[in-house]
Formats: sequence, structure tokens, C-alpha cells
Amino acid sequence: MASTLNLTLRVWRQDGPDDTGRFDTIEAPGIKDDMSFLEMLDVVNERLIEAGREPITFDHDCREGICGTCSLMIDGQAHGPQRGTATCQLHMRRFADGQTITVEPWRATAFPVIKDLMVDRSALDRIVEAGGYITAETGGAPDANLIPVPKPVADAAFDAAACIQCGACVAACPNGAANLFTAAKVAHLNLLPQGEAERYSRVENMVDVMEDHFGSCTNHGECEAACPKKISIDYIALMNKDYLRAKFKNRRYLSRNP
Amino acid sequence: MSDITLDSKIPPGPVAEKWTTYKFERKLVNPANRRRYEIIVVGTGLAGAAAAATLGEQGYRVKAFTFHDSPRRAHSIAAQGGINAAKNYKGDGDSIYRLFYDTVKGGDFRSREANVYRLAEESVNIIDQAVAQGVPFAREYGGLLDNRSFGGAQVSRTFYARGQTGQQLLLAAYQQMARQVGRGQVELYNRTELIDVVVVDGRAAGIVVRDLITGEITSHSAHAVILATGGYANAFYLSTNAMASNVTAAWRAHRRGALFANPCYTQIHPTCIPQSDDFQSKLTLMSESLRNDGRIWVPQDPGDERPPAQIPEADRDYYLERIYPSFGNLAPRDIASRAAKRAVDSGRGVGPLKNGVYLDFADAIGRLGEDTIRERYGNLFEMYERITDEDPYATPMRIYPAPHYTMGGLWVDYELMTTVPGLYAAGEANFSDHGANRLGASALMQGLADGYFVLPNTVSNYLAPLLGTQPVPTDHPGFRQAEQEARERFGRFLSIGGTRSPDHFHQRLGRIMWDYCGMERTREGLEKALSEIPALHEEFRRDLRVVGDGQRLNQTLEKAGRVDDFFELAQLMCRDALEREESCGGHFRSEHQTADGEAERDDEHFAYVAAWEWTGQPGAAQLHKEDLEFENVHLAVRSYK
Repeated sequence: MASTLNLTLRVWRQDGPDDTGRFDTIEAPGIKDDMSFLEMLDVVNERLIEAGREPITFDHDCREGICGTCSLMIDGQAHGPQRGTATCQLHMRRFADGQTITVEPWRATAFPVIKDLMVDRSALDRIVEAGGYITAETGGAPDANLIPVPKPVADAAFDAAACIQCGACVAACPNGAANLFTAAKVAHLNLLPQGEAERYSRVENMVDVMEDHFGSCTNHGECEAACPKKISIDYIALMNKDYLRAKFKNRRYLSRNP
Repeated sequence: MSDITLDSKIPPGPVAEKWTTYKFERKLVNPANRRRYEIIVVGTGLAGAAAAATLGEQGYRVKAFTFHDSPRRAHSIAAQGGINAAKNYKGDGDSIYRLFYDTVKGGDFRSREANVYRLAEESVNIIDQAVAQGVPFAREYGGLLDNRSFGGAQVSRTFYARGQTGQQLLLAAYQQMARQVGRGQVELYNRTELIDVVVVDGRAAGIVVRDLITGEITSHSAHAVILATGGYANAFYLSTNAMASNVTAAWRAHRRGALFANPCYTQIHPTCIPQSDDFQSKLTLMSESLRNDGRIWVPQDPGDERPPAQIPEADRDYYLERIYPSFGNLAPRDIASRAAKRAVDSGRGVGPLKNGVYLDFADAIGRLGEDTIRERYGNLFEMYERITDEDPYATPMRIYPAPHYTMGGLWVDYELMTTVPGLYAAGEANFSDHGANRLGASALMQGLADGYFVLPNTVSNYLAPLLGTQPVPTDHPGFRQAEQEARERFGRFLSIGGTRSPDHFHQRLGRIMWDYCGMERTREGLEKALSEIPALHEEFRRDLRVVGDGQRLNQTLEKAGRVDDFFELAQLMCRDALEREESCGGHFRSEHQTADGEAERDDEHFAYVAAWEWTGQPGAAQLHKEDLEFENVHLAVRSYK
């Protein structure tokens, strides 16, 4: 049966990108343990509005763990304590009565804070725009069963394609690197026969844009531990392999004028 | 009031040739001239992203708008089960004609034959396109594509990507659009919300938007405007829709002259996790695909308190299998939902609040093994366990119907143009293809057909004669006035200084809608709703509290505008439900049912599309009718028995 928790929240409040920000302590009594974490914040926000205070700004949308909009560092862990679970699917039964919970936004140079717990993750879109697609203009596709894809290949591509672009990998990384995110998209497309034609231009273009925005990977593995879709760090090795090959195949920098 | 005549512009000829005929006869824009046209696309879900990507590829200059931080967040992403296509890869008798027939019948004979046929035709192209883009659909060990079954069909025609088909199809469309953003063909505006639609000299001239970060209100103009802004099931407050899904874009277009069609056609999805408490912010869908292997039942005896595993077969009522033996657990959504409601209303509901029915996988696990079930539905089972703290491998799921999809929407003709020239509506935002009930795995099909294949063919027919013209400049008084009205409106929300949040009012509105305009409707209940909603709206205007200001990001202010529009739409939904004195699909009027409780249609008086015109007051909309003609599918009582 549901029980009730009395919690204390230490919440990061920041009025805008240029504000220095601060922690606010907010009491959250009477929280039912079958609420989701975000429903708990809804309740806290309703109380703040009724008290005439500004509610806590946070990103969220589908609340089914698939849209990737929600974020939050909860007690220093991206998406909180439950493995393979986005914040919106985290439930309060994971917390204890009397607990103090620290809630912060994603912290990364590439993700400037917009307000309170909301950050700007559009640098991830820039990586996709650089090559995270298969060029297949509408109208020219052959019959879908023309190219058989072995089931293990389709499954491996799918495991990578499950990424929800939430940015937890970047937030968890001590370097603020986006290698797991980028590698997942590279692997999804490079593993499939349809993606073969652009395999090496794709990886080179995406990695180069990634490096413009994000830090470098030093194999800490924090990204994999934080990923709500449990995407494997092995994909980074696959990306590195293709990137290395691409540097020989594409010869982009070798042909550049000094 | 005006003397609008609804011209559906359905091409002449046999139904199977109409789309081919249209595509040949439409006016074209030369590839070199396409860059001289600007097109605005609002919404970046399946329909919007697919349209923006394809129009960009063709050479038009596109501006795409989304209120999300990234276009890939659109709620299409949450679609689980699959997408239908008449590929007949299983050789079990499928064809374009059968998909067409099933969809018209599934919609309870309240959709346009010509549109539905075109949808079935394009379904096969969608699968080809998606596979070319790298969508990792489920495959057999031989490497060919796998299919499964969905409600309302007796063939296997549903393509799927685990329980994340919407996600994979949306990502593919998003990636195609991202490619065009990279090439500079599509200009992307994220965290930007449509606030108004601007009509100048009887044509769509552009839109007014609010930058959600800075609060700045600005205008954008174009030769044509496409709204692909989704459905309005959040009028019920609790629904399976995402938190931000709203009707504002369609409603603002309606207030500027676009007719709104069949607002009472709402789909209550049979398999969602039952509500657990009042704080609940949304309801979570459990894919219809689960009904392939799950069996739905309740105890025979209302007083049976035993745990489900201890209730013997003889004391269980597998009511769908009993009432609809030929379709069984795969009866269409409207029918399965009403049957669940009746089981719960009869006191046989299960769970702590007795507000659900069982969806039981014990037989399937016994027959196929737990691994196969995990392979098919693993992510859904995990999601169920996270939310309910119950293990569905060990104990049956509890499910109950919840608002999920809206078949109604902006009225559009065969070209997907609204009654405002140059203004188009695509995907769930229009009313066109699903009649009074949408079949499972058909929403993804329609969104993508509209975006990839229909709009890119029809828009040129409107644009070609505009060659050489410029979009209306955004300093035109039409834009200036709309911006001013928007600023005043948001200023009003901030200055009320009442006591309750927008969510508080939304929740109360939702309860009225669910009680009186939900799964079963009566004249008395609808009249009650029509007196309660305006009173609550009045209270909203008097007692709303929005803390903060309009010059910075303010989520409460965003919500206030959306709830304000839901109040007006809700009245139109009830008006439409009251006017339609029959039961069809998702619209069930208790006064109109057969002796055994099935929906009773009245084809003689109601075989029409109800298209409503805004006249200045939410309660005073003017009804226009588009008669539906059935030349191919014989009007019949829909039977799934």
C-alpha cells in the first residue's frame, strides 16, 4: 500500500543564463510514494504557485521515458538512482521518509542553463545535422524487402537507435563529452546495409562537429552507467574504429590547402 | 455566419484511380522556381517533420517551428505498437483494397472513401521509404521484415520496431529534416510556440509566434502554412498524450476561419494503466499489440477478492472472447473500451480501486515461453513494472481505457487544405482519414502519408499560380494587429492575480469532459457540461494566478494560454456530441444503442462530416455539413462477432 514521505528538496534556482544561481531549500511534506519524481515536482510547484512564489522550471513532456525531454541530476546522479530509468519513470518509492534530495540541472559547458533545471541541449541536434541520417530522398526507395538485414544486425542497430537524446551521458561525463550519444547514432546507421554508402563521411562529419561543442572522451564509462536506455559503451569503440578508417579513406585533411 | 460551401475536391473516376489522376492533373512548380517559395511548417512530429524534409528536398524554402527543445521530442515518438501497410508480405490475403475497406469499416463509415483509399495506397511506399532511411523494423531470421496483427483486422499487416515504432519512425523523419537543416533548406525554430494564424485578403499569410525563452512575440510570413500540430485529447486533462500536447494551433486557425470537423470523435484507448490517485499527471498507454498475446478478463463474481492466479478458469469472464468470438481480444478500440467500462461498471473491476480489468499473459508465457514474450514486449513490461511496482510476467496487468487520440480536427479537402486558402492541416491535426474511430497502427501511417506523400504533391497546386509574388510582409497591419492581440492576451493572464494555477482549472475541465463527453454520452450530461464549462471558464478568467512575468521563460504562462483554448474547444466538442443523435465509433450516445448494447448508427440522417464555423463565441458555432458518399464500401452494421 502507498505510504507518505516528508522530504526536503535542495533545488538549483537560476533566473537566466547569466545569473549565477543558488540552491533553494524547499520542504516537500506529504509526498505519496507511488508518485513519479516529476509528479512530486508538480505538487511542489502547485504549492509554490499558491504561495505566490515562482514554480521550479524543468523540462518534461511524454512522461513515458521515450521523448528524452526530462533531465535532472538527482543527488549527483543523472536521472537519479534507478539504473536504466529516465527521471519521468523514477518513482518516489525509491526514496526514504525524511530524506533530503538535491536536484540540479545537467552540468556541462555545451549545455548552458536556460532557467532553474532547464538547459539548452541543441548542440546535440547540430551533430545529427552534420551526418546523423541516411540520404534517402522521398520517393526513390526500392521495395523494403529487397535488402535482407540479418536479425542480429538489425537488433544491434536497434539497440543503438534506442537513444532518446536526453543528454545524461554528457551530464555524467567528467569531461562533458558526447561520445556515447554520437556513437549510438553512428552505429545505428553504420551497421545497416542502407547506411554503408555514407559510412565514412558520416562518422567524420559527426565527430568533427561533436568536438566543436563537447569535451573529449577518456573512457570513464560514466555515460553508460547513466544512460536511461542502457546503451553500451562498446558503440564508442565502433565509432572510433570507423573514424580512424575514415581519416584514411576520406583524406579530407591531407588534400586541404595549407 | 457565412455561406460556406464545403468542396472536398475529390477527383472524379474510380476510387483506385483518383490519386493517380490527381497527381497528373495538379499544377507543378518547376524545380528551379521552388526556391522562390516559402513554406511554414508548424509542428515537427511525423507529419510535420516528413513534410518539412520532403518539401526542403524538393527545393522549397521551409521554416519549421516546434515548441520543444528539439524537433525529435514530438509526441509521435511515444507511439508504441506499429504501422499498417498493405504489403501482403505474409501472403494472408491483404491488399490495398482490404486495408482501405478495413479502415472505412473501422471508422464506422464516417470517413471519406477517396482519402482512405489514398492512404492505403501510400502505406506501401511509407515502409519502403522508412527502410531506406534506416528504420530498424523487426525482422525474421532470414532478414526479411516481420509483421504482427492489430485490432480490427484479420490479416498481419503491422510493421513494428519493438514497442518503439513511433520513436524509430519519428527519428527517421527528424533525421531527414536535420539533413535539410544542415543544407540550409529548412530553417529550424525550436522552443517557439504558435500563438496565432494570420489571414490577409482571405489567404493564409503567416503565423505569430512566441519565443518561449525570451517571451518575445514575432511574426513570420510565407506563401503557405502547414499545421501539423497533433490532436486535442488533453482536453480531458488525463490522457495518454504528452504534457505539452495542446489544441492551440488548430484552435487559433479555427478562430481565423478554418472550420473544425467532428470534434466529438475522440478515441478512448482500451489498454492504459488505470489511474492510481488524484495527483496523477497523465495516463500511460500499454500498446494494443499486447492484445495479440494477452487475454482480457474480469472475475465472474463482483465480490471475488482472490488474487488473479487463484481464480480458476470457470470463475473468469473473458468477455471480449465471449461477445466477439471472431475478433476476440483484437476487437477494435472503441468496442474493447466500452466493454471494459461495462465490466467495471458492473462491479467486477480489479485492483485496489476496482477500476481496471486484467490483461493476462499466463497462457502466452506457457505456450511461447517467457523469453519470447520478453522479446516482443519487454520494454512495455518494464515500463508497467516501474509505474505500478507489479511484475506482469508473474501477475496479470491491470488496464483501463483512457483518452488517447482524436479523430476530429481541422476540416480539410482532398488536398489537405483547410477552408482558409493556403492553410493546410496534416496528421492528427486534421480530421480526414479515420472517421469515427481510428484503427490501431494507423496514426503513424496517416501522419507519414500526409507528410511524405500527400502534401508534397498537393501544395504545388496552390503555389504554382503564385509564382513571382512575395509573402505578405510581416509589418502588414494584419500581423501587427495579431501580435498586439497576443500581447494583450498574455498580459491579461499575468494581471489577473487570482489564486489558482492553470493546472487546477485544467484538471476540473478534464473531469467535466470525462464524465459527460467521455466513453458514453447522453443529452442530459452534455447539456450539463455545456452549462458548467462556460462557468468554469469564467472562474478561470477571474481567479487564475500566473507568477512571474512575460519577458522570460514562464511555463505557467504557456500553460495558461493552452488551457484557455481547451475551454473553448471543450464546448465545441460537447455541442458536436449533442448534435450527433446517433452512436458511431468513439462517439457513443446512450440513447442510441441496439438491444445488446452496440452502437446504433443513423446513416439516413448523420452520414455527414460536421464542420463547425467560428462566429465569435465558443457556444455559438455554426454547423456546416459535408455529405459522405459511399460508392465502394457498402454501408453496413459493423460486426466483429
